[in-house]
Amino acid sequence: MRPILLSGHERSLTQIKFNSDGDLLFSVSKDKIVCAWWSANGERLGTYNGHQGAVWTVDVSPNTILLATGSADNTVRLWNVKTGECVKVWEFSTAVKRVSFSPDGNRLLAVTEKRMGFNGTIAVLDISYGENLSAQAAEPTLTIVCEESKATVAGWSFLSKYIIAGHEDGSVSQYDPKSGDQLENVQIHEFDSQITDIQFAPDRLSFITASKDKSAKLLSSRNLAILKTYISDTPLNTASVTPKKEFVILGGGQAAMDVTTTSARQGKFEARFYHKVFEDECGRVRGHFGPLNTIDVHPAGTAYASGGEDGYVRVHHFDKSYFDFMYEVEREQARK
Amino acid sequence: MAPSFDTLSEQDLHEEEEEEIDFSDLKEQYEVKVEEGLDTFIVIDGLPVVPEDSRQKLVKFLLRKLNSVGSTSEDAVFMPVNDKKMTEGFAFVEYETPEMAVAAVKQLHGVPLDKKHIMAVNKLMDIERYGREGRVEEEYKAPAPEPFKEKEHLRSWMGDANARDQFALYRNDKVGVFWNNKTNPPENVVDRAHWTQLFVQWSPKGTFLASVHPQGVQLWGGESFSKQKQFPHPFVQLIEFSPLEGYLTTWSARPIQVEEGQPILTYEEDGKNIIVWDIETGKPLRSFVSHDLAAPTEIEGEVAPKKKVQWPAFKWSADEKYVARMLQGQSLSIYELPNMNLLGRTSVKIEGAMDFEWSPATVAREGVKQYEQLLCFWTPEIGSNPARVGMMSVPSKEIVRTRNLFNVSDVKLHWQSQGAYVCVKVDRHSKSKKSMATNLEIFRVREKGVPVEVVDSLKDTVINFAWEPNGSRFVVIANGETPTGAAVLPKTSVSFFAPEKKGHTAGNFKLVRTIEKKTSNGIYWSPKGRFVVVATVHSQTNFDLDFWDMDFEGEKIEAEKDLAANLQLMKTVEHYGVTDVDWDSTGRYVVSSASVWTHSMENGWNMHTFSGTTLSENPTEKFKQFLWRPRPATLLSKEEQKQVRKNLREYSKEFEEEDKYAVDIANTAVVETRKRVLSEWLAWLRREKELLAEEKEAFTLPENADTPAAAGDARPVVEDQGDSVVEEIVEEIIEETEEVIG
Repeated sequence: MRPILLSGHERSLTQIKFNSDGDLLFSVSKDKIVCAWWSANGERLGTYNGHQGAVWTVDVSPNTILLATGSADNTVRLWNVKTGECVKVWEFSTAVKRVSFSPDGNRLLAVTEKRMGFNGTIAVLDISYGENLSAQAAEPTLTIVCEESKATVAGWSFLSKYIIAGHEDGSVSQYDPKSGDQLENVQIHEFDSQITDIQFAPDRLSFITASKDKSAKLLSSRNLAILKTYISDTPLNTASVTPKKEFVILGGGQAAMDVTTTSARQGKFEARFYHKVFEDECGRVRGHFGPLNTIDVHPAGTAYASGGEDGYVRVHHFDKSYFDFMYEVEREQARK
Repeated sequence: MAPSFDTLSEQDLHEEEEEEIDFSDLKEQYEVKVEEGLDTFIVIDGLPVVPEDSRQKLVKFLLRKLNSVGSTSEDAVFMPVNDKKMTEGFAFVEYETPEMAVAAVKQLHGVPLDKKHIMAVNKLMDIERYGREGRVEEEYKAPAPEPFKEKEHLRSWMGDANARDQFALYRNDKVGVFWNNKTNPPENVVDRAHWTQLFVQWSPKGTFLASVHPQGVQLWGGESFSKQKQFPHPFVQLIEFSPLEGYLTTWSARPIQVEEGQPILTYEEDGKNIIVWDIETGKPLRSFVSHDLAAPTEIEGEVAPKKKVQWPAFKWSADEKYVARMLQGQSLSIYELPNMNLLGRTSVKIEGAMDFEWSPATVAREGVKQYEQLLCFWTPEIGSNPARVGMMSVPSKEIVRTRNLFNVSDVKLHWQSQGAYVCVKVDRHSKSKKSMATNLEIFRVREKGVPVEVVDSLKDTVINFAWEPNGSRFVVIANGETPTGAAVLPKTSVSFFAPEKKGHTAGNFKLVRTIEKKTSNGIYWSPKGRFVVVATVHSQTNFDLDFWDMDFEGEKIEAEKDLAANLQLMKTVEHYGVTDVDWDSTGRYVVSSASVWTHSMENGWNMHTFSGTTLSENPTEKFKQFLWRPRPATLLSKEEQKQVRKNLREYSKEFEEEDKYAVDIANTAVVETRKRVLSEWLAWLRREKELLAEEKEAFTLPENADTPAAAGDARPVVEDQGDSVVEEIVEEIIEETEEVIG
């Protein structure tokens, strides 16, 4: 499995995202630039320029027409994927840490930072795909205020039925996207160990959380029940569920600021593969020389990409052996 | 000035008055003052009743006894006379210090004065405290015997059906005891948070687990690790068991302050640092001020004031009948157990004495019939006298062998585990004191006249030495050149020595092999001998563990034919940041561990087999200690052991079958759980999907509601094109040359 190294960023990666076809890969980094790449060969398609601060988050609409980005310059920007022009800018009072399109693409949520007397919020924006892409709603249709612990990440469940958010204190909340009411809040990770990532399984019935408490958990979208727990030996920054095969991929590593406790040897900057159902670690992929900040899996399950603190994106297309790998029990099940 | 007897009675009166008004807090204060003043007084009862005229004679006679334990004078002895001009048969005595008074009570109580009279000596304070009316009931009441309580078997762990070993694990705030299950995760016995404050320690035979708290030491044992014994030494920092678990020595840097109402510690322990306890009774036998702390004032100017505490301060003989402590440079004090009295009432003067070691086993020297324990000590060069290593026989305190040494910088004494040899590692400097070399002087204790063999083939200084347990081979690590740059570890060489084959007795010690250019600094022999791990510990750059076999069953190198060894490196493993290496007491497993006490990187422990196969890796947050539970000596006789060894194959067949069966069971169990987990997962998924379909219907959403249909018109319909092949042509210029033609 030879990786393709995408070296277009000058600073650490914050998020990467495949489009729904998987032919494009979008990456954002602290260097204010948004890049689009061909996932097959790693050629750069172009950049989206305009942000004035570190770009924290990116998402692409399910039809690959619009790209949303959130940045430390307190804006969410909407870009025309094809032309690269910025079609809309929403101003917020604080930095935007996460954007996510609803499964049907008609709504976009934005998680804003808690800072300067402002509470952290989750804002929901309506998105339209008319002739004129600039014609977007000016104000959010809904703003959920997180009074207790700020939300760090959020996403949409199946049928856009719930908004699910991970918090700084290690808890996960379920909100009603119509009323904004909090339906549930469960402390699933160790108290005060931040949830660093939430990613949904392709069917959006379950999602995986990554946390600084060195574990990742698979939860039910419906009732936030913990289905699976994956234990690692390093703080986690990201986790992703693979389609097609039953795996989850975890990424992390000790941050450079905690350097006193960082292992002298390179070794924890690896993407770790766990079996989704059995919770066993099946393999690791090395290569980054800094913590892994973000991982995304190709929607067809044929490749995955990881973005690191080292400023590189590595795209891995899976080998045959990856697809052939099966537990004996699974094989038996498959034969039935 | 101490208050006289007269004023005392007045004070007593005052006290009685005050008792009516309850000034208990003030009274308490007051009482303490009185007692402080009366600490020097004792009361002697049981004296002969004599007329006033001969009182003087009796006092003089008594004084002889009294002055044997402290100093007092004729004036300080008050022997009252009654109306009939006769003495009353008791006397009050004032000593110069409270310590003397205590000593008098301890040593003179119950001592016969003559044939008819036995002295009863008590402290005046005690008479006050216990003897006053009402304090003691007039009629004797027999104490009710406590109901019998079944106690846990202290060696229950030895009865494990699979003869597994236990170990204690101290990590974060928790201490747990586990069964070792080879490759499988260890089975927990107990796991308790905040079980200890400083560290845990097993007793030498594994009976007790000691935890150390600011209040003292607590011993735990039995199947459920219940409380066994308590030793209330405040702020204890170091502990040491005697070899047969009979006694415990505890040390605290802070001198003990005995408070009133302390049930176990008495006035005697006040101001002391070290207590020797009897484990059976839980009572202190004797307490001491530690030498190391007192040293700077005694030998002023000579020793640096900040000295490390020497531990163990008290060293035990193999049968724990004697315990000895050295006052460095001066003398050796040997105490007899169980009464802890100084052997022969005096310390042995050894001028310049630096260190000593007891033989770890009771040795029978050739031609010596009577019982003896041996110890070795050494003294440095003093003036024109040579340095000296001596061997002393106890209890006779006779020096049975000495050897003079020259140009000595330092000496280390290493006994072989059976006491058969003592290796004296002598670090010698050249006359200019510029270069150093090491000699090994090996005393053959069992042979007639204790001959000494010198191994001087080592050019460099030896930094580590270890005998093979129950064997006659040893490993040394010598320091080579120290490379420039502090970050690089000095290169060391590891040398293996074995005796020549020579009938029954071991021949001369010869070098088997030297491995150069290592960084190793630790030698860890298997407790059963034969196998040895040589490791680099406490380093961030090197962390290798070499597993050696001294009796390799393969072919032997020609040059080493005459030696009782066949050296073979079995395996080298690495364990990042390893700080400790521990063999289990059966010599089957080795655990290497990285403790947070040394560094905080990748703490945890790894288990290996004796041959270096890693069985498990256990990274553990805030890992502190891994301790195998020691085993007591086997109860089988030598013949029985031999029999077992002979039939080992048969036994091992049995065990292998058992192991295989266990593995099979474990494997099936894993498969079963996987099956269950998978079917549970699939069931969950199916249920969720059904619910999802229902919901879709309820919302009257089309089947493809989750797909981006809403933006359908802005987007061409996705066709399933299957996998497309993207072709890419990459040209690479391999070489470019320019030629000038002309």
